[in-house]
Amino acid sequence: MKLKLPRPPSPGEVFDKVRESEAWRSIFRPGSVFRKGYKDTQRDRALAAMNNVLYHLHPVKLKRHGLKLTYTFCLGGLSFFLFILLTVTGIYLMFFYRPAAELAAGQAYQDIETIRNSVVFGDMVRNIHRWGAHLMVITVFLHMGRVFYTGAYKPPREFNWVVGVILLLVTLLLAFSGYLLPWDQLSFWAFTVGTSFGQYSPPGIGPEVQFILLGGAEVGGETLLRWYVLHVLALPFVITIFLAVHFWRIRKDGGISGPL
Amino acid sequence: MVEFAENLNPETFNRVLNELLEQGVSRRVAEGRARRVAMVEYNREHGEEEAAPAAAAPSAGAGDGEAAAPAAATAPAAPAAPAGAPVAPAAVPGAIVVAPPPAAPLVAPPPTGKVPSAKPGAPDKHRLLALVPPEGVQRVEREQGDRVNTFPHLLIQELLSLIIVTAALIVFSTFVNAPLRELANPNLTPNPSKAPWYFLGLQELLRYFHPMVAGVIVPTLFFGLLFVLPYADRNPSSKPGDRKLAIVLFTMLLMFFMILTIIGAFFRGPGFNFVWPWSDGVFFDL
Ligand code: HEM
Repeated sequence: MKLKLPRPPSPGEVFDKVRESEAWRSIFRPGSVFRKGYKDTQRDRALAAMNNVLYHLHPVKLKRHGLKLTYTFCLGGLSFFLFILLTVTGIYLMFFYRPAAELAAGQAYQDIETIRNSVVFGDMVRNIHRWGAHLMVITVFLHMGRVFYTGAYKPPREFNWVVGVILLLVTLLLAFSGYLLPWDQLSFWAFTVGTSFGQYSPPGIGPEVQFILLGGAEVGGETLLRWYVLHVLALPFVITIFLAVHFWRIRKDGGISGPL
Repeated sequence: MVEFAENLNPETFNRVLNELLEQGVSRRVAEGRARRVAMVEYNREHGEEEAAPAAAAPSAGAGDGEAAAPAAATAPAAPAAPAGAPVAPAAVPGAIVVAPPPAAPLVAPPPTGKVPSAKPGAPDKHRLLALVPPEGVQRVEREQGDRVNTFPHLLIQELLSLIIVTAALIVFSTFVNAPLRELANPNLTPNPSKAPWYFLGLQELLRYFHPMVAGVIVPTLFFGLLFVLPYADRNPSSKPGDRKLAIVLFTMLLMFFMILTIIGAFFRGPGFNFVWPWSDGVFFDL
């Protein structure tokens, strides 16, 4: 008996079928590059931008000069991207890190050593997190410089500059709080120097603020726990809120400024 | 100039428009008001309470100044079509009051404190912007200018820059390890002990000023200045040639902190005393 098997569909046909399926069409809206029938026309390009989650960040069209690398140097965008990269690498590090100073002769420190020596890609991820953090501080500073030198803080963008200054502050705090977490001599003494100003500030305020920040009279286990929570939760939350306002204001202020 | 696509009375439109223009009302507002009056007139003539015939146009704008949805972008300066719904005259200061269709309620009913039930036979549609007076619609009127599509031009650029930075970071991280010193030891002060680089400018200031000045007053002033900068700089131009003073001042401020940071990072050794990095070595950790 001869069994007649149907011809198996070619990969192309399978792909076509998948793209015609309801699920696929519900994910990729009209105009999406991945939808069947996307044509490289003005209309589909506009739809691709509009029907994308990035429409929250980007307009459909932008001034041609906004593309010029020498206007923004991509610095704002890179700051944001570095923030995302730091979030991703930071989450990975969190799996292996306990913010405890007094346990087991510096649990936090031991965990960093474990990350460096035994965790898969541990030292790579830690390096990227560390260097990325320094780089983000640099790009945010440079971004501020670019905004100043292009006069992009002038009306109607005054308030977005103010939001930006808050972002700069939170970025510095994020970097500084992360500096404490390895709990090595570098962290400990940088923090001791960095928070010593409290003693000299107006009595009744300075020492009290310092006490709250350190969770005690000097840098210790409480400080580590406190700044860990700030570093992995509180500050990222705050910066995310202000980033949302920052990006929203860029759109509402009419997109990128200029040309000069 | 104006197309009478909507249901409106052309004579009324032109009459009201001219009256308003003579009064010095801006053309955009005048067109909007005239259109509304003409629509109300039209509806009255045709004896129907056809409220808000076409509120479709405003929704295309999606309320986004920058979006310039393709459809809206091609329509030359069409006033955001104020749909012909009856507008309470009070909402339009200085508008010419034309007797509205008698059936239309001009004021909202007094609050009853209860969620109102649906009126029988009420249309199951609502239209947005129907009650917005023309001058209340926020319209951004700009040259269309030389614009390009975000997709693909901007997105490609972003993707590229992010790939380059990621690659650079990975390469750098392969060759340079992040530092990890000995376990923290409160009884052993490393010499020198330095703050992270972004605070080294302040630590350097600490050598010259009282800690209160270097650690509290200067940073407060610095950020205070940054916060008020856009409100203090009243110069409207963003051309470098017109803002020499601002540029000089800001550059001096940046240079000041950059030089302090560089000194603090490379020219300070044990005891935070002055060293030459090329002969005494670099005492600086990232
Ligand atoms: C976490 C930090 C920050 C992120 C992620 C960020 C992100 C961005 C992005 C993506 C843009 C679009 C244009 C561009 O890429 O240059 C932008 C524009 C802008 N940023 Fe930031 N920014 C940050 C910090 C700051 C700071 C510190 C300032 C100023 C003190 C600032 C002020 C502005 C202003 C005024 C604009 C509008 C510029 C224009 O229209 O040309 N931002 N920002």
